[in-house]
Amino acid sequence: MSIRTIDKPTARPGFVRPRGRFNLGSRYTPVLVTLILLIAMWGVGATRYRGFLSVQMLLNLLIDNSFLLVLVVGMTFVILTGGIDLSVGSVVALSTMIAAFLLRAGWPPLVVIAIVLVVGSTLGMLVGLVIHYFEIQPFIATLAAMFLARGLCYVISLNSISITDPFFVDMAQTRIPLGPGLAITPSVIIAVIVVAIAFFVLHYTRTGRTVYGIGNGGQSAMLMGLPVARTRVLVYVISGFCSALGGVLFTFYTLSGYSLTAVGMELDAIAAVVIGGTLLTGGSGFILGSVLGVLVLGIIQTIISFEGTLSSWWTKIVIGALLLVFIVLQRLLTTLRR
Amino acid sequence: MKKIIGMAAAGAMLLALAGCSGGGGSTSGEGEAPATEDLIVGFSQVGAESGWRAANTKDIQAAFEEAGIELKFSDAQQKQENQIKAIRSYIQQGVDVIAFSPVVESGWDTVLKEAKDADIPVVLTDRSVDSADTSLYVSFLGSDFVEEGKKAGEWVTEEFADADAVKIIQLEGTTGSAPAIDRAEGFADVIGSDPKFEVVASQTGDFTRSGGKQVTEALLKSNPDVDLIYAHNDDMGLGAIEAIEAAGLTPGVDIKIVTVDAVKDGMQALADGKINFIVECSPLLGKQLVEIVEKVVAGEEVEPRIVTEETTFTQEQAIEALPDRQY
Repeated sequence: MSIRTIDKPTARPGFVRPRGRFNLGSRYTPVLVTLILLIAMWGVGATRYRGFLSVQMLLNLLIDNSFLLVLVVGMTFVILTGGIDLSVGSVVALSTMIAAFLLRAGWPPLVVIAIVLVVGSTLGMLVGLVIHYFEIQPFIATLAAMFLARGLCYVISLNSISITDPFFVDMAQTRIPLGPGLAITPSVIIAVIVVAIAFFVLHYTRTGRTVYGIGNGGQSAMLMGLPVARTRVLVYVISGFCSALGGVLFTFYTLSGYSLTAVGMELDAIAAVVIGGTLLTGGSGFILGSVLGVLVLGIIQTIISFEGTLSSWWTKIVIGALLLVFIVLQRLLTTLRR
Repeated sequence: MKKIIGMAAAGAMLLALAGCSGGGGSTSGEGEAPATEDLIVGFSQVGAESGWRAANTKDIQAAFEEAGIELKFSDAQQKQENQIKAIRSYIQQGVDVIAFSPVVESGWDTVLKEAKDADIPVVLTDRSVDSADTSLYVSFLGSDFVEEGKKAGEWVTEEFADADAVKIIQLEGTTGSAPAIDRAEGFADVIGSDPKFEVVASQTGDFTRSGGKQVTEALLKSNPDVDLIYAHNDDMGLGAIEAIEAAGLTPGVDIKIVTVDAVKDGMQALADGKINFIVECSPLLGKQLVEIVEKVVAGEEVEPRIVTEETTFTQEQAIEALPDRQY
């Protein structure tokens, strides 16, 4: 018997009880709501502010959030299994510090990037092993990793370190033209590639099915013969890798290493994933939803800075309110499906 | 049926949110059709971490309102990425001048180059950047932090001229920020020449009152015989006062305190004798910033470095100055 036939009922609950053409209980509904919200906000901004209605403004959203896009990819994997990763922001900071420190010591840039990625992945793997084999709550294990990584930053250096390495400067300042007056950075391309790979892995591979399977209750996935243990550790490796890569993109963004950077960024990532329609209990959600979530967060910030008279702390208020709405919405949709 | 009502309610909330995130009491209704001579200035502030910063924000907003220049203001909440985003959105909006107080010294070249490419002049206020390319900004308006550190150091050498050994705790500002680095440097320059001064501990209190209190509490346990606390701003000094009082000692007598800033709460503590000496660091940059902006827009030359005028306060001077203190 193939996996595919067993997998269907869990992965597509919408098909169990079809409700005609307009199906509110569909697993796509949360993502659609996010998409509509994004378009609505963009529309509101476009009618209110000059310079808002431009393609470059949208591209700037990607440029300014490329690191967050990579982070939410890792976070989506983790949350789909029903876990959480609080170490993301600290690992970003640690990555910027390692990169800046090694570059200042004269190491070649590609070696530095490789080291950063290995450190992030290793940390993720350790956390994953602890979570799986000692049956520790992901919340606690990743909290420990968060403090560990943040503390290590200060061991490397107390002050911020500027990066002058020509490769990093190139990556930061190169603009890839897309048309008249339109341009993106190499970081955007890296982020898009990461999202594409994650999309493929989640929806077209056995690993992806196992991730969803774990989120829908590890027992049944295990009974189906899916490699639960390996995958549960793997998602934290992926998250660690994405955090480190996000850290590399962040160094491209700021061209410096700074211990205090990215404080609370893990919470931005979690917020983006939830707004993107992924269930915090796991098992349901999409990578592209998380991408939309990042864009919603970005557009809120942009609108508030375009407005110019509102306190920036409104960003937090709006994000908080949105999160609340989406959690309630998720709850309603899950009830509707049953 | 209940479910459908619930869905409708959730939907309505969403709509309301989408509305409020875009609206929210705006005054820039005429933004769609601006006359070219209408000046718009984008200002990106570090955050709202201290009394000094709040006074700085208020003064800048008031000065621009008085001058009739539209100010786009954003608070970066102490995060560099927020500040880069804000500056980029100002470039996108095509503001006439961008002013900002950088959270950290490093990492500004990329976005400042973008501003330069878009022909938008940039003015730094209060804190500087470490860019090697000084053509990225037209002027830096702010205090000389090294000088402030030196002034603090000079008072200490005079005050403790007869002492044999002086143990000092330093409460540093936000790690990596220009005022923290420079105030430590200026202070060390002056006291470093005399071996009787010993900085037994130096830790960051993040420019906040709670940070100053926590660090002092911990450091007093390991160094109970300390003679002097040098705090990089008033708020941390005020936190230190609380910690000293909690330890059963008298601030200003058992342990002397020197701070930088001279905000109202700090001046009050100085007048009350809990702080011994304050080096002023004026947050009232608004008027000078407006002048620079007007000059830059008119195409006039501006000085690349403009230092704000500042003084120092002893306890007696504080009692005199306190009634007229604006912030």
